[in-house]
Amino acid sequence: MQGLSIKSISRHFGAVRALDNVSLDVAAGEFVALVGPSGCGKSTLMRIVAGIETADAGSLSIGSRDVTALRAAERNVAMVFQNYALYPHLTVSENIAVPLAMRRLSAVERFPLFGRVMPGLAQKRAAIATDVLKAAQSLGLDALLDRKPGQLSGGQRQRVALARAIVRHPDAFLMDEPLSNLDAALRVQTRREIVEIHRRVGAATLYVTHDQSEALTMADRVAVMQAGQILQVSSPEAIYHDPQDIRVATFIGSPRINLISAEADAAGHVHIAGRPSGLHAAPGPVTIAIRPENLRLASSGMPCVAEGFEFLGESLLLHARHTASDEALVVRLPPEIPRPHAGEAIQLTFEAKHALLFDKNGKRVALRNHPAHSQELTLA
Amino acid sequence: MPEALSAAQPASFQARSRRLTRGEALVGLMLNLPAGIAYFLMLLLPSLATILLAFTDYELGALEWGWIGIANFEEMLEDRGFAIALRNTIIYVGLVTPLSILLGLGAALLIEAGIRGRALFRAVFFLPVVSLTVAMAAAWQYLLHPTIGPLNAFLRLLGVTSPPFWLSSSDWVLLSLGAIGVWENIGYNMVLFLAGLSAIPRELYQAAEVDGTKTWIDRFHLVTWPMLGPTTLFVLTITMIRSIRVFDTVAVLTQGGPNKASEVLLHTMYKEGFTFLRLGYSAAITLVFLLMVLGLVWLQTKALDKQVHYG
Repeated sequence: MQGLSIKSISRHFGAVRALDNVSLDVAAGEFVALVGPSGCGKSTLMRIVAGIETADAGSLSIGSRDVTALRAAERNVAMVFQNYALYPHLTVSENIAVPLAMRRLSAVERFPLFGRVMPGLAQKRAAIATDVLKAAQSLGLDALLDRKPGQLSGGQRQRVALARAIVRHPDAFLMDEPLSNLDAALRVQTRREIVEIHRRVGAATLYVTHDQSEALTMADRVAVMQAGQILQVSSPEAIYHDPQDIRVATFIGSPRINLISAEADAAGHVHIAGRPSGLHAAPGPVTIAIRPENLRLASSGMPCVAEGFEFLGESLLLHARHTASDEALVVRLPPEIPRPHAGEAIQLTFEAKHALLFDKNGKRVALRNHPAHSQELTLA
Repeated sequence: MPEALSAAQPASFQARSRRLTRGEALVGLMLNLPAGIAYFLMLLLPSLATILLAFTDYELGALEWGWIGIANFEEMLEDRGFAIALRNTIIYVGLVTPLSILLGLGAALLIEAGIRGRALFRAVFFLPVVSLTVAMAAAWQYLLHPTIGPLNAFLRLLGVTSPPFWLSSSDWVLLSLGAIGVWENIGYNMVLFLAGLSAIPRELYQAAEVDGTKTWIDRFHLVTWPMLGPTTLFVLTITMIRSIRVFDTVAVLTQGGPNKASEVLLHTMYKEGFTFLRLGYSAAITLVFLLMVLGLVWLQTKALDKQVHYG
């Protein structure tokens, strides 16, 4: 079992900084999801780890091996590509056998004509066939071994790509948006299967996705990436409840977290639109971020106007506008409550412990409310 | 008329055409008419005329002619000139096809792998394709000239005392023409291979790299060659057809000589038809030529098509 360690990797494309001094550790057997909007550099980072792209600076090690200068073939990492990248002219079993044939057979043994007469080759080929069958069986592919990729469905191709990756027991397992080409139902099912495979194989896994729900549901730890930088690496719970950067707070969570601009005066009292809120923080402008499920309707609170509803089944989204600042807010409510009319004046409130405060640079700042007084908000 | 029309169309089209009104069908027919007439006049009619001519003893300018059945074909079997032309054509095709495909593929791979000068090399290799073969043949005549030609001057410089008479020795003439044929075809094949190469998904090469391929030979064997399958089949077909109808270099440089050593099918056909004016016999040769081309195409699509398309 080997861990994966990325140290200070940078990569430029012309004037564009695709990766800016990125470091990330994946422990042996750990599943880390790298999540971010498209173009944030997450795929570039993964390809650098795989060895199919080079870094301008930084180093990379797998276990105790420094692999920075090694070629992809020598790193013993497996990768699952977004479009599966199966060899269309080979059958399923031949596809799965490729990584084994490349490692266990010499160039001469692989050559179809001479290969027949080489001593010991039959045993090697038999061993490969056994391993291929084992990998195929573990993914339920035994019935499809003689098919070509063109005759398979998207989900089946996905499994073949996974089988090709696990068959050689890689030190690290890389997945580049492997679910993005599957339909929604299959995606949820395959998510669980990939986690299951990871548990069984036990290799350090780096999983790239732009889908936060995949990252939160599958990973041991989530790394949120934006504009070539990793903003935060934490457990899914900490990423959601305890974001350290406002970009993490707004990227994770759907609907998006509510942002309310505010100002802390010299004494540390936080004012929303000129009114004291009862929150305390270091002096200066702050942004208060609150998850939609942590806002609620109240008889006294921030004056807002109801604008509309979205019924989601298990909950109801209320779209409102903060009267004083004209900022849009979303509230997640139990579906059965009486709904205010559109245009009706309402009041929204929240508990101090749910307020996430960020300074003007988007960094998280501490809430200075005394825990015992956390309920005493004076939003009205 | 509408029934006859729809009966001739494939089932999938029929389903849609059921909704076509008479007027729409008429418009469709009218729109097809110019192409239909052109096809009939330019391709179907001459082909039919050739087929009919092949069974007559018609000579250009003759006042009478008669049906002679398969006598033209019987004559062909005993005609030593035709046998030599057939043999030479097969040798020429056997020489030009593999060499120009291999070299075209090599050029495409090198250009694709290169960083600078891609456009330049593409243009250089493609030049023979766009230039007029007859004009280029004059240049070749000079290059290969036994006494004043640069090639033999170079060979003499290397110490070869009596360099070959490239175009006037019966041992060398077919090889020389073959070399010119290869030179003509490389650029065309290269462009086709370049298009084929650019259509290979980059991800496959990356997967191959992660899967453990270390050399370009591995990658060529695992990705490039199989993925070029459909392109290669097309290049093979088109090169064979292009080289089986070799004519202009022969007509300009050797006229089939010396002593029929460079006589080829189309040149024989041309001589019979336009020098000896035996149009019937010439048409019979044309028919044999057409059947050979059709046979090649049929063989290639039947035998190889299944192996290069990975449905």
